[in-house]
Amino acid sequence: MAITTATVPKVGRNFRIQWEPAQDAYVLLYPEGMVKLNQSAGEILKRCDGAANVAAIVADLETTFNAQGLEADVIAFVELAEQQKWVDVT
Amino acid sequence: MTDLSEAVAVQDTAKIGPPLWLLAELTYRCPLHCVYCYNPVDFAKTEDELTTEQWFKVLREARELGSVQCGFSGGEPMLRDDLEVIVAEAHRLGYYTNLLTSGVGLNEKRIGALKEAGLDHIQLSFQDSTREMNDFLSSTRTFDLKRRAADMIKAHGYPMVMNCTIHRHNIDHIEAILQLASDIDAEYVELANTQYYGWAQVNRDQLLPSREQLERAERITNEWREKHGNKMKLFFVVPDYYEKRPKKCMNGWGNIFLTITPDGKALPCHTARMLPGLEFPDVRTSSVREIWYESEGFNRYRGTGWMKEPCSSCPEKENDYGGCRCQAYMIANDPAAADPVCDKSPFHNRITEVVDRAQIAGNAAQVKPLIYRGPKESLQLDRPF
Repeated sequence: MAITTATVPKVGRNFRIQWEPAQDAYVLLYPEGMVKLNQSAGEILKRCDGAANVAAIVADLETTFNAQGLEADVIAFVELAEQQKWVDVT
Repeated sequence: MTDLSEAVAVQDTAKIGPPLWLLAELTYRCPLHCVYCYNPVDFAKTEDELTTEQWFKVLREARELGSVQCGFSGGEPMLRDDLEVIVAEAHRLGYYTNLLTSGVGLNEKRIGALKEAGLDHIQLSFQDSTREMNDFLSSTRTFDLKRRAADMIKAHGYPMVMNCTIHRHNIDHIEAILQLASDIDAEYVELANTQYYGWAQVNRDQLLPSREQLERAERITNEWREKHGNKMKLFFVVPDYYEKRPKKCMNGWGNIFLTITPDGKALPCHTARMLPGLEFPDVRTSSVREIWYESEGFNRYRGTGWMKEPCSSCPEKENDYGGCRCQAYMIANDPAAADPVCDKSPFHNRITEVVDRAQIAGNAAQVKPLIYRGPKESLQLDRPF
């Protein structure tokens, strides 16, 4: 499914995202596995709550980090995350 | 201790990462009698399982260091009556909790209680795709029960890994095993070729498949992936006897894995207690911090400093850390030797001899009766592998 600003991503049913102080990073946990997320991946993924669409996630990130032009990066990451099944999209 | 040595110790600790993966082997007791079980052959000599409180201490101390994936294994962990409270404590501490079970002992009441305790995932083992072979290989009547366990796991909304250990007697059924996994709606399938430790080492000639069998199974697995996409994620673990370079065992000694045995020994991998001349710490008397960062058992084979030739000058030493210490001990009789799976090892011929025998169907070594894992056999054999 093509990812647009209207897409609503949600962390996949079999995944859990949490902050790990020992790794100073967000990690994505799943059966017998773990992905350590870099800062931008962590910040995007923790906002994939099944309520916010991509446009809202971009707006939130741009406000929080006082940045602009993040839309293309967020869409590219959500595409990757969907391929990896880290998120379900509607 | 001087200030300087303290500073050095702190620096070293900082370089060693946390034990991200904690494997809690809750018991060696098991209703199954699998011929390839990785538990120590002399498991029946161990006594005094850790108490509930002692497991809480392990979970708490490991979590403080940064452990985050927690597996509950055995033996059969369902045999512990306190499994639910141990899982609940692990969940409360923030672990992702995995139960590795044969399915025996799983019923509606317990699977519901485990869900309530916060269990995240269940790995269910099958021995083969049919009742006859499953029950033959485990020396139990458990196939129908496992099918019911699979239904319960799905009904309670757990993600499910189906694990099937692969060897000479079931490798030709790989398509039926994949079909079974699909029928029970597994999210992940581990087709784990037997690794030759514990009881699998005892039964090695009877279990090692031929190259032709292995290539066929790998081809069928790849065809399944092409045909069905990644609805089920398939992992095909090749037997290292067919490789020329060793596996990066446990991702490096004392690197991310911490195993606690039923009787409280802390190990860098689940078979390391076989190694001679190395005292592994006990969680009753040492903290997990002391165990992970300071104990001889965890520091001996960390990194590359302990290596001998051909490893020490090998350009690939950082890729595989010299392979497996247990295999080096079992086959080259020296835990600090290169893993003989490596074709640079002077003992590599001891691997290829076994592989060569596996190409000849029905040879004398293969037709010896299988030895099933059980307490009586354990005491009779009275050896670590």
